[in-house]
Amino acid sequence: MTDTLIKTIFGRLGLESFPIHEPILLGTFIVVALLGLSIVGAIAYFRLWGYLWREWFTSVDHKKIGIMYVILGIIMLLRGFADALMMRAQQAIAFGGNEGYLPAHHYDQIFTAHGTIMIFFVAIPLVVGLINYVMPLQIGARDVAFPFLNNLSFWLTAAGAALTMLSLFVGEFARTGWLSYAPLAGLDYSPDTGVDYYLWSLQIAGVGTTLSAINMVATIVKMRAPGMTMMKLPVFCWTALCSNVLAIAIFPALTAAFFLLMMDRYVGTNFFTNDRGGAPMMYWNMVWIWGHPEVYVLVLPAFGIYSEITSTFTGKRLFGYSSMVYATVVITILSYLVWLHHFFTMGAGPAVNSFFGIATMVISIPTGAKIFNWLFTMYRGNIRFELPMMWVVAFMLTFVVGGMTGVLLAIPPADFVLHNSLFLVAHFHNVIIGGVVFGLFAAIVYWFPKAFGFKLDPFWGKVAFWGWVIGYWVAWTPIYVVGLMGTARRVRHFDDPSFQPYFVIAAIGALIILVGILGFVMSIVMGFVKREKLRDTTGDPWDGRTLEWSTTSPPPAYNFAFTPVVHDLDAWYDMKARGYERPASGYRPIHMPKNTSAGVIIAGLSFTLGFGMVWYMWWLAALSFIALMIVAVGHTFNFKRDFYIPADEVARTESKRQRLLGMEA
Amino acid sequence: MKRAFGLAPLVLPFLLGGCNMVTMNPTGDIALQQRNLILFSVAVMLLIIVPVMVLTVVFAYRYRSSNPNKVYDPNFDHSTTLELVIWSCPLLIIIALSAVTWTSTHLLDPFRPLERISADKPIPADTKPLIVQVVALDWKWLFIYPDLGVATVNELALPVDVPVRFLITSTDQFNTFYAPTLAGMIYAMPTMRSELNAVLNKPGESWGYSGNYTGRGYSDMRFKLRGVETADFERWVAEVKASGNSLDLPKMLELVKPSEKVPVMRFAPVQEGLFDRAVNRCIEPGKPCMIDIMRQDMQAGGGNPHDSHMGHGMPSGREAEPLTGERAKPALQKAPQEKGTSPNVTKPVQPEPPGQLKPGDPKNRDQSATDPLPAICAPRSPRA
Repeated sequence: MTDTLIKTIFGRLGLESFPIHEPILLGTFIVVALLGLSIVGAIAYFRLWGYLWREWFTSVDHKKIGIMYVILGIIMLLRGFADALMMRAQQAIAFGGNEGYLPAHHYDQIFTAHGTIMIFFVAIPLVVGLINYVMPLQIGARDVAFPFLNNLSFWLTAAGAALTMLSLFVGEFARTGWLSYAPLAGLDYSPDTGVDYYLWSLQIAGVGTTLSAINMVATIVKMRAPGMTMMKLPVFCWTALCSNVLAIAIFPALTAAFFLLMMDRYVGTNFFTNDRGGAPMMYWNMVWIWGHPEVYVLVLPAFGIYSEITSTFTGKRLFGYSSMVYATVVITILSYLVWLHHFFTMGAGPAVNSFFGIATMVISIPTGAKIFNWLFTMYRGNIRFELPMMWVVAFMLTFVVGGMTGVLLAIPPADFVLHNSLFLVAHFHNVIIGGVVFGLFAAIVYWFPKAFGFKLDPFWGKVAFWGWVIGYWVAWTPIYVVGLMGTARRVRHFDDPSFQPYFVIAAIGALIILVGILGFVMSIVMGFVKREKLRDTTGDPWDGRTLEWSTTSPPPAYNFAFTPVVHDLDAWYDMKARGYERPASGYRPIHMPKNTSAGVIIAGLSFTLGFGMVWYMWWLAALSFIALMIVAVGHTFNFKRDFYIPADEVARTESKRQRLLGMEA
Repeated sequence: MKRAFGLAPLVLPFLLGGCNMVTMNPTGDIALQQRNLILFSVAVMLLIIVPVMVLTVVFAYRYRSSNPNKVYDPNFDHSTTLELVIWSCPLLIIIALSAVTWTSTHLLDPFRPLERISADKPIPADTKPLIVQVVALDWKWLFIYPDLGVATVNELALPVDVPVRFLITSTDQFNTFYAPTLAGMIYAMPTMRSELNAVLNKPGESWGYSGNYTGRGYSDMRFKLRGVETADFERWVAEVKASGNSLDLPKMLELVKPSEKVPVMRFAPVQEGLFDRAVNRCIEPGKPCMIDIMRQDMQAGGGNPHDSHMGHGMPSGREAEPLTGERAKPALQKAPQEKGTSPNVTKPVQPEPPGQLKPGDPKNRDQSATDPLPAICAPRSPRA
């Protein structure tokens, strides 16, 4: 009886669910707990909780939400990278008689968590965060189309990330690879909490990402400043638009695949089982219908970032703006038609394989055109090699190699040799690190002074740059080589000792990347320490060309006192060239959305809902779901959602800014 | 300086070409053609990649702001000629590659019977390919030579210059049959039969792997691929036959259970139809084969003319328990007592053969917490 009661209350959560016997996890837990406690304590000590709650957590300001997204991404990057280091260490030593230090049970969780976290909780939050911060400023808007939805999206993503992190210390994470392929992820082969953690955290975060994508598309389509026609839209906004249109179309496929897998696991349906008419291959198709376009969801905004930076630091208009836009749109459309190249080797037949192979190669035409466009933007430019531009050049030299191996893998007979080998793993790290990550770092360095009013420390920024670039090549070149030596991916232990030197070099490369990551953290810390020296009072530290540089750094809550009117693609450059003068009077009250706590509460309830479902605590899940519905419906009756910033407050803010500019002059 | 980093990965593989990059030095004709295709397409792509990288470095250097002797034209943002060039260059390369892709995908389709033994050797007129049935088990490879009546685990011996037709399936997981020296890889999937036609041209030993992650024992799921001369192959078959260790349904049932680091095993004689049973998921006694279920399913009323409902009259036994314990109960149907606990064990607790001490324990289904199969009645050779 008592056992029934305990099981009803705690589900399958027991004392054994905590890793008290596992030194690696226990040590991590203690460090994380101490760090967490000290941060919580410090915030309480400095009485910052109220400030954080009022000004940040409940904020609907797109700039603050963008910053919170980026912080989430950076924290999760540290976790994901810790996983990467552990894998590199294991593969560097586990040869022959040496089993390495990670048992299969642990290693398999690590590579699953690494992939899941890096894509869903590092790349997506960083990209969404940057779009969130920059895009409304670039189109001259005061916020996004649905400010509350934006806040909710962020907290749902954060709730998903928190659930994933919780699996470190309560229960365990999936051991199925980052896409949790059926049938391995089905109930028959993975009955424990791992896959449930995976499914629930990604479903919750996925809702956030979908909502955010809808929000961004609506913003770009409806909220551009007067005069900004679609063909005067900055390239970053174009790529953001395409990326979010993609996201809206593909995330439902992932959600559906996960939902059906959940049905298999919770209700006993047979969508993806081996027996009773299940079709596991259907799961593979559905996740890759999401999965391949997802690559472009991430890389298109990065392409936009490179375009903005190249144009700014060469002091030139972007070469071939319209071909850049068409290339982006073409990539968007084609990316839906290539998913099958992820499993040519299932043997779909030569006609199908050729179609998908050639469709994949065709994507490299617009991508190649983009590379040339950046190249010819540099041509006859006046290139200032500040950090963001260095990242661009490193990207161009790194990414083309990844593009080449990508086209190679798109040729089905070549893929029959290289698929599922470490060559493939090296390829996608080549494009994701060389394409997405380099772009994200470039963007952070580039827009940081806009967000905080001071530049990042350039010395440590260079350490980060060289650490990442050199580290990337040292870590991944040997992986290409072992891939050609016939090594499959996700292998924990090798027999052939001739692989070992390569894995040792790769591990050294990972350590060099670690230097890069620490350098990046240091560039923020030292930037903050030296902020007076690195201060930007002009709002335009890089001699920028787009509208975000026309306002203060950091911008006021309302972004622009007067909505700018756009006459040219490089709107701010055009305004500067025409001797634009800031209006100093005639301010009007500004209509703004009001903060709300509903987003935090709904995301918190989603978290407990997910936790309850993972651990079979039905009562908790049911309660959370009911509460969630009540809060969500209740919020729709909250009619006090907006307020006006009074004209004299706007005038005060603007005159302060005017004084700063006066001091400058 | 950055140029050096940029070019390193392009040059390095060729410098290292001499070491054992098996995919670049294959012993099978199919793998050789795949290798040539890789080298050809890399060469074609380098036609555009190298100029781009060089131009990047040149432009970055020449148009640096500290260079006083450069042309600076801030409004240069369009040139129809240049735009034509930058779209047509990649286009031409992709057209060339697409043509190669279309033909090579058809010619090297794994399902397509071989047309030659090697570049200079056609197939003799009356050659019948050697058929090898491959079953991916958790976590070992079973090779059945149906025409020879022998079977092996984790050892694949092939006579050189004889076309081989692999029929490939899996019992539980999506697996990948990966023989880099022979012909690359193809998935081995439960309920499906994939094929691979290939040939080895040189004698010698190499490794074959599982390419798709399947759980705990995946890393050590590899097999020895031995290419031998025809005479040696016949000797090898005779040797296996002499072992007198038969493979029948009961032994197959034992073999199917998950086990890791399985040494080479050899069986002869081999009961017929094991592969078909694996494809149709009816290795378990009393479980109807999928092919029968499907046939029955397609007839309204299971063949009974008075019953018009689809799916009626199914063969019995479809609810048969899986081999590794009772069928998993979906979460929402579990009584509180059945929920069990989900431990955070990074180290598997204790070695306990699956399904033996506690039949029906949910742990038995946990593919990453089961343990090595206890001794199977088979001669064991130490793993190389």
